[in-house]
Amino acid sequence: MKKKVISMLLAAAMTVSMVSGTVLTVAAEETGKELSVQVGPNPETIDPALNSAVDGGNMLLHAFECLLTVDQEGKIAPGQAESWEVDEEDGLTWTFHLRDGLKWSDGSDLTANDFVYSWRRVCDPEVAAPYAETVLGMVKGFDEAIDGNLEALAVTAVDDKTLQVELSAPCTYFDSLAAFATLSPVQEATVEANGEAWAIDAATYVSNGPFYVTEWVPDSYILMSKNPYYWNADAIKLGSIRWNLIEDSNAAYSAYQNGEVLMIKDVPTEEIPSLEGNEEFHVEPIIGTYYISYNDQVEPFNNPLVRKALNLAIDREYVANTLMQGTYSPATNFMGPGWKDTDGTDFCEKANGGQPYLSATADIEGAKAALAEAGYPDGEGLPVLHYSTNDAGYHKVVAEYLQQAWKEIGVDLEVEIVEWSSFTPQRRAGDYEIARNGWVGDYSDPSNMLDLLYSSNGNNDGKYASEEYDAAMDIARSTIDVAERSAALHQAEDIMMADSACCPLAYYNDFWLQSPKITGAWHSAYGYWHFMYADIAE
Amino acid sequence: MAKYIVKRIGLAIVTIWVVATLTFFLMNFVPGGPFLSEKAVSPKAMAALEEKYGLDKPLWEQYVTYMTDALHGDFGASLKQRGRTVMSIITSKFPVSARVGGLAVLAAFCIGVPLGCFSAMNRGKALDSFIIVVATFGIAVPSFVVGTVLMYVFSVRLGWVSSLGLKNWTNYILPVTALAFYPTAYITRLMRSSMLDVLGQDYMRTARAKGLNQIISLFKHALRNAILPVVTYMGPLLAYTVTGSFIVEKIFTIPGLGGEFIGSISNRDYTVIMGTTIFLASLIVLMNVVVDIAYKLIDPRIKLK
Repeated sequence: MKKKVISMLLAAAMTVSMVSGTVLTVAAEETGKELSVQVGPNPETIDPALNSAVDGGNMLLHAFECLLTVDQEGKIAPGQAESWEVDEEDGLTWTFHLRDGLKWSDGSDLTANDFVYSWRRVCDPEVAAPYAETVLGMVKGFDEAIDGNLEALAVTAVDDKTLQVELSAPCTYFDSLAAFATLSPVQEATVEANGEAWAIDAATYVSNGPFYVTEWVPDSYILMSKNPYYWNADAIKLGSIRWNLIEDSNAAYSAYQNGEVLMIKDVPTEEIPSLEGNEEFHVEPIIGTYYISYNDQVEPFNNPLVRKALNLAIDREYVANTLMQGTYSPATNFMGPGWKDTDGTDFCEKANGGQPYLSATADIEGAKAALAEAGYPDGEGLPVLHYSTNDAGYHKVVAEYLQQAWKEIGVDLEVEIVEWSSFTPQRRAGDYEIARNGWVGDYSDPSNMLDLLYSSNGNNDGKYASEEYDAAMDIARSTIDVAERSAALHQAEDIMMADSACCPLAYYNDFWLQSPKITGAWHSAYGYWHFMYADIAE
Repeated sequence: MAKYIVKRIGLAIVTIWVVATLTFFLMNFVPGGPFLSEKAVSPKAMAALEEKYGLDKPLWEQYVTYMTDALHGDFGASLKQRGRTVMSIITSKFPVSARVGGLAVLAAFCIGVPLGCFSAMNRGKALDSFIIVVATFGIAVPSFVVGTVLMYVFSVRLGWVSSLGLKNWTNYILPVTALAFYPTAYITRLMRSSMLDVLGQDYMRTARAKGLNQIISLFKHALRNAILPVVTYMGPLLAYTVTGSFIVEKIFTIPGLGGEFIGSISNRDYTVIMGTTIFLASLIVLMNVVVDIAYKLIDPRIKLK
């Protein structure tokens, strides 16, 4: 008898709550083909106003559609708005004309008022949207709105199909912002009824894009189905997209190998050498640069010559192609490929008169000369320098390379590995000498990255302060003359590169595995994969 | 025994309070915060966020507020996974981890105990040596190696089971095996040495001398005494295993609680750190009480005071 009690007790203890919980439901019946992909782990949020991550952005791109979109060529194209115009006199008034018969995924009508509600919501201090200032900071009344007076935001619905936006300063790239996921429309009814939780439950997640969310199992998958109410639904071939929320790159690779997913973003770096030449392995640039910040306010980095010497001593070709296995490209400018000049061409084509600012290989002689000129011949008199980085991806091997490269010009470097959550605030506070840094663009206007070196910018981790530079950026901000604006932006890059304000190392690329069965999909320089018009070949 | 249980529960509450308090202050003293990202959030947005979640208040005030709410069963909302409450995260993810972990513990117990007994009974023979070698191997090889190898062989190479998620029962085989590997080996060794100890006792010799069937004497007389160390080990093992393994969950893409423990810490998601820590602490304390009671039932000579 007692033995029975014991065994029952043990069994009960062991199965404590195994009985509870529901069995994971298998996807509901779909019509049409299902594309299974992996573009990142579980997104923290898929609320357009709250998202600030690339993987979350990629989901929003499929579930929502902004006024405008970015097409396959990287150009701004009509989205929910079929046309738009800007006041040519002062460039301050933007008017967007919505398509006929727009609908939400629940079948209800979508009007210009929905955009007014959604954009105000982005400014709401209760919502505390991280990108509010980036996307709406130039709209008239933003300062009042962010303090709580939402009606002050100069975004008005002239009628159900016309949205008018008044800016407080010209913003020639406002069309890019109108295509930015933060400014997607959200449905007032569901948001007001469910609060922040509207965006975690498929039942309340109403959207307006080519797909809508039918299921979200956190850390497992997000399932989206074709939205029959989307204005261009006839062009959508897939029945559904399954976003597998895989965090481990080896797990993603296994799932790709056994055919469970047709595309994975997270390829294990150790597999890259074996994938070279494989037609399923893709490498494409995104707008962004891996660079090094010098703390420009402290000795010896307040001397531009020291910074120049360090910049010259680096073999960027080796860093990008050997250390980083070709998954990055050598950065000879600050602004790499993909950033758009005001005339729509690549910004780097005209930078520095078409010449790279830095050599892709090391210039040891030049570096030594600069160091000597700075008063530290062969590194004499220089203290041991400190490089801070977190340990992820190639950060550590890059740090070790820097030690070795700078040793050649007589500079001793100590590497400090800091946990990511501690590293970011430390770098922002200027509590470092040299630190790893990087930026991936939100939109392709060069000001998005050049602003990093504006003296008062919150992301100016190097505390670079140049009146000349600020003046050039001020012109770029205020003018509506495209030629003048382009010149000012190029001038800004000239100044910061001449000053060696920071040290560009490599341009970011996305590298991924994709089955040739997927047709009609594309990858953008923003780091997004567009599967909305994709199909699966049999 | 009732008195004993009441006393233990009282002690448990104190323990959990100490754990919660320490965790609260430690996590706040670590640099960083929940609203950081590579790109700086504008000061206004940051201020709005901190105000929204009360992080702008003095630490002691935050502590008092948190503890008061927690006592009322309100563990707050996640600071990172906006829209989700800590309770909903635990209640949605714990069952998943508990199923996988519970099966692993069950497997470890059901395999480890007989294997250990078997090994002890055949002491010095080839079978014993074989079991010992395998068990040593099981203890030495970490779960991420077992998991990765299993996945490579059965999912990638042979294609027998899916490597993603928990769609049907076959998906449980690999993660449960990976998780059960170490505890099975450990229980086998524990059981073997404890059984050897018991088999050398006088009463066992008497039983044998009386001509009792070996199997009966083993299960009726020896096992009950020999199993105590295993029971001791089962308490914490169960608590840790049912709350999920970060690594095994990552390898097999299981949406369990294990990932939340580690993830919340690196994200500085304060409320989730607190919630999961208090949950794990409570479970461990509870398991220890269960183990103590199991002792008493197995061996009536043990007095619970």
